[in-house]
Amino acid sequence: MTDDATPEERLAALLALLPPAPQAWVGAAAQLPAARAQIDTIVERAEHDVAYRARLVADLEQALAAEGIEPTPGLVRELTRRLSAE
Amino acid sequence: MALADLSDGELVRRMRGGDEAAWGAFVERYSRYVYAIATRAYRLREHDAEDVFQEVFARTHAHLGSLRNDDAVKPWIGQLTRRLCVDRHRSSVREEPEGKFDLAAADDELERLDEALAVRDALATLSPDCREVLDRFFCRDESYRQIGDALGIPNGTIASRISRCLAGLRATYEGSKPAPLPSGDHDD
Repeated sequence: MTDDATPEERLAALLALLPPAPQAWVGAAAQLPAARAQIDTIVERAEHDVAYRARLVADLEQALAAEGIEPTPGLVRELTRRLSAE
Repeated sequence: MALADLSDGELVRRMRGGDEAAWGAFVERYSRYVYAIATRAYRLREHDAEDVFQEVFARTHAHLGSLRNDDAVKPWIGQLTRRLCVDRHRSSVREEPEGKFDLAAADDELERLDEALAVRDALATLSPDCREVLDRFFCRDESYRQIGDALGIPNGTIASRISRCLAGLRATYEGSKPAPLPSGDHDD
């Protein structure tokens, strides 16, 4: 922007700094509360079921799919974080 | 009152009560800000930016019960995003020492993004028509033709709408600040 930009031009430039985030990212974040309940259930079961936990650690996406749970990127990411933190 | 019109504090209180629609409105409100910090200020690669983006909202959701001030969630989420971006860069430097990033410059850009977010707050108070046309033109980089087709308005009227809506945005924004916005005062 030049030094002689009008206030309107300056506001327009500021607006342009905030384009929309990718819709898929926003959608995944918006689904977080629903996913969190599912994640809590899975993590709790993994804490008590060694074989289940081993399946999750070995191949998380396949283990979820085998249980009829859709392994969405957000679910996989959060579960990976939770399981590795324990 | 629509969720988009609620204050941050009220939105946070509803989210804490398990209101998933309020959470969706919160994500919508801050998604651009978090995205811009990660990609524009800290210039993370897309994969890293997506990880940071999701991590910010996951941590925000996890910490809803321990926020000290519900109304101060904006600086909280800004600092959280910044910290996660800086961590990413530090990890990258360990892996690729020559790829050192200018964090001070990123912090300067973060100040501009804070101002941009304040402008968006002012934008949110304009009429739906003005919000739509300004967002499509300046934020989504749509052409007059795309805007005209999407909104069902003649292309020839779009420039004048943009001009009129920008003037309204200026009045609203300056009215929300203690001092007027002087011409040519910028930090480029």
